[in-house]
Amino acid sequence: MTIAPERLEELGPHQGHHGPEPTGIFKWLTSTDHKVIGKNYMYTSLVFFFIGGLMAELIRTQLFAPNNHVVSPQTYNELFTIHGSIMLFIFAGPFVFGGFANFLVPLQIGAPDMAFPRLNALSYWLFLTGSITMLLGFLTASGAAAFGWVAYAPLSDATYSPGAGPDLWIVSVALVGFSGIFTAVNLVTTIFYLRAPGLTMFRMPVFTWNMLVTGILILISFPVLTAALIMLYADRHFGTHIFSVRGGGVPVLWQNLFWFFGHPEVYILALPYFGIVSEVLPVFSKKPVFGYKGLVFATLAIAGLSTGVWAHHMFTTGTVLLPFFSALSLLIAVPTGIKIFTWIGTIWRGNLDFKTPLVFAIGFIIAFTMGGITGVMLASPPIDFYTHDTYFVVAHFHQVLFGSAVFAGFAGFYYWYPKLTGRMYREGLGKLHFWLTFIGFNVTFLPQYLLGLRGMPRRIAEYGPSDGFTFLNEVSTVGAYITAIAFVVFLYNFWVSWRRPIPAGDNPWDGHTLEWATSSPPPSHNFHKLPPIRSLRPTWDMNHPEHADWKYHQEEIKKRERTSQGVSHEN
Amino acid sequence: MRTETTGESARLKTTKIGQKVKLGRLARAGALALGSSMVLGACNLPTFAINKGATAQGRDTFHLFQLFVIISIPVLLSVFIPLAWAIVRYRRKDNSIPKQTHSSIPIEVTYTVIPILIVAFLFVVTVQVENKVTAVSAHPNLRVNVVGFQWGWRFNYPAFDVTKVTQGVGGSSVYPQLVLPEGETTTIHLTSNDVVHGFYVPQFDFSRYALPGVNNYFDFTPNQTGTFIGRCSQLCGLYHSEMLFTVKVVTPSQFNTWISQQSHSTIGA
Repeated sequence: MTIAPERLEELGPHQGHHGPEPTGIFKWLTSTDHKVIGKNYMYTSLVFFFIGGLMAELIRTQLFAPNNHVVSPQTYNELFTIHGSIMLFIFAGPFVFGGFANFLVPLQIGAPDMAFPRLNALSYWLFLTGSITMLLGFLTASGAAAFGWVAYAPLSDATYSPGAGPDLWIVSVALVGFSGIFTAVNLVTTIFYLRAPGLTMFRMPVFTWNMLVTGILILISFPVLTAALIMLYADRHFGTHIFSVRGGGVPVLWQNLFWFFGHPEVYILALPYFGIVSEVLPVFSKKPVFGYKGLVFATLAIAGLSTGVWAHHMFTTGTVLLPFFSALSLLIAVPTGIKIFTWIGTIWRGNLDFKTPLVFAIGFIIAFTMGGITGVMLASPPIDFYTHDTYFVVAHFHQVLFGSAVFAGFAGFYYWYPKLTGRMYREGLGKLHFWLTFIGFNVTFLPQYLLGLRGMPRRIAEYGPSDGFTFLNEVSTVGAYITAIAFVVFLYNFWVSWRRPIPAGDNPWDGHTLEWATSSPPPSHNFHKLPPIRSLRPTWDMNHPEHADWKYHQEEIKKRERTSQGVSHEN
Repeated sequence: MRTETTGESARLKTTKIGQKVKLGRLARAGALALGSSMVLGACNLPTFAINKGATAQGRDTFHLFQLFVIISIPVLLSVFIPLAWAIVRYRRKDNSIPKQTHSSIPIEVTYTVIPILIVAFLFVVTVQVENKVTAVSAHPNLRVNVVGFQWGWRFNYPAFDVTKVTQGVGGSSVYPQLVLPEGETTTIHLTSNDVVHGFYVPQFDFSRYALPGVNNYFDFTPNQTGTFIGRCSQLCGLYHSEMLFTVKVVTPSQFNTWISQQSHSTIGA
């Protein structure tokens, strides 16, 4: 094998220019640049994270004391419905899949933009429209949707949930769903067709791999949700009886359809964040990711299994085959465990630089491990019979999803903030943000496990003084307030670095992947020059030729050749 | 087995297969025995704040839950101890570049195979307990029909023509009481006549959906007397949080006295 000399490949000037670039608000409104759209997604979803978070604070305030009446039961039901819908459909998914993926995937694969830039813009505008639609329910006479983010039929039909609020919820989720489908089409195409020369599938960064698999999962699951939403809409307005018993319909069908989307959705939300952590840990340990191929296969295994576990949300319906769904759900712990151990293997014997992104990534591992273990318990039907629809489940999925979207999400945000803006955040404020989030998060959700074991059902607007739930709820609410303060610290950090910028430089972290080989923020069409791509870490190879990955791989190949020839050399 | 047409090697093969089947059976029996002994042996362990289960079925669930928690402790430590060690030990001291380790097949195989063995074991014990918890007796001592509705419950004892039902909705409800005999098996027939509800008795470590159009059956064999709260666990609309009931477990003789005192089709608590 011949090795190309060390050089930066010159890229020709971009052909066919379109005149002066718009600036300011027009740039934001008209852009088809994946970086601008990615940022739009990120900032929009962060605004909705803030709105959904305020709803969570109201929910926790209501539950602070028994028989509390801060809000009415009707408003309470609307609040947790829209809180869940915002956090899952509008924050956790789009923040990473619309935001980070849009911004980073073309950069990480050395592409000038996404495959379909205008479709990308359409995705964003559908997303923004859908997100605003989600809030419009509060302005209608009968209030917003109040049937939980899962919208179980027949509670969600026209008899039990009349009014325009539920219709707006259906339209909102459908719009955001279409936005996700379009982004998935775009990302999958981009990853398959626009990789720079030399960037083979097994030289793709783990983040990009996870985005590819997430995109495929979205293409499998979101159309099912869209179809189910159309059926629900038809039941509500066109006189069909798909989900109503009276007309010969089957209510459980909704649960099957919803969770056939809903469980892949859980991994659609988690896999991208796994990807972020798999980028952050190697860089701040100055090591390659441990067991790269194992990690990629674990991602594929999770995606495969995730399409066959939906009915573990339906163990208590009495209508599903318990051992089958229990077995697959238990089995999914294996690839997830592989991921956790590869992350530990990555930081093992590294040179750990405890900057804010690394601290958040470790916070994610702690939260996710705990949430994952209680998830294994819930995969056992008898345990699920006891804890289903209680705060045990609420604690479990917040540890997993808050752990992913918030801890790993902020790990990524701080890590790529220099690349997004060209500026540096304030390290001290970042650490403060982490510690307040970590303390607030655990104080909020750990007591909820105990509440669940004591029998507190989820989605109850109030509880009695003699139920024995009071103290733990008080603790949980205090934790929620601490988490809220943490978010204010984050906003302040953002504001300070905006008003008094510190230039970050192009590669402040000694990054490994291609996005760190261009300027911060990257120019239009991303790269003037690309380093040669001979391994998973082209930027690292360029900056550390003596420790380059391709040298290691060549030694591996030589070793293998020697053993296959039957010649043993002791070095 | 038709041995006359098989040659020596084929006969060897069949015995080998026979041994394999036997070994498989043995392994399975061993796993079952180990599983059940661990489930039964969990009696003297801490409860981990899990309800002990006031029915025979709930007690099985409790032991299974205990077992899961016990196994989760070493699993949790297998992540947290190396993580803590790495955080303390490998904190940056200088700008040196550590050894660039890419992978290690033996380590990767270890952290793949051990979790597979753990979940395989958890699956075996799960299925054992699940079969006990979901078993429905062919000849129960008592049958009760339970219907969930917005927002209350109807308990009907068909053999005695006695019905108890929630009266009033929203703040002024009179909650119905489900009375069950201790030590006897009651089969509950559960359904809903409007939306999905969850029939949930936390002290019994059990819940089941009341689904419109679906008939669900399950057994309770209470193992202690007392009054236990019951709740609706599945969001069912405005007054979901107030859809309460109580379960009163009494001795069989007390039960017979109580049921004989109820006039037919009594309503209210």
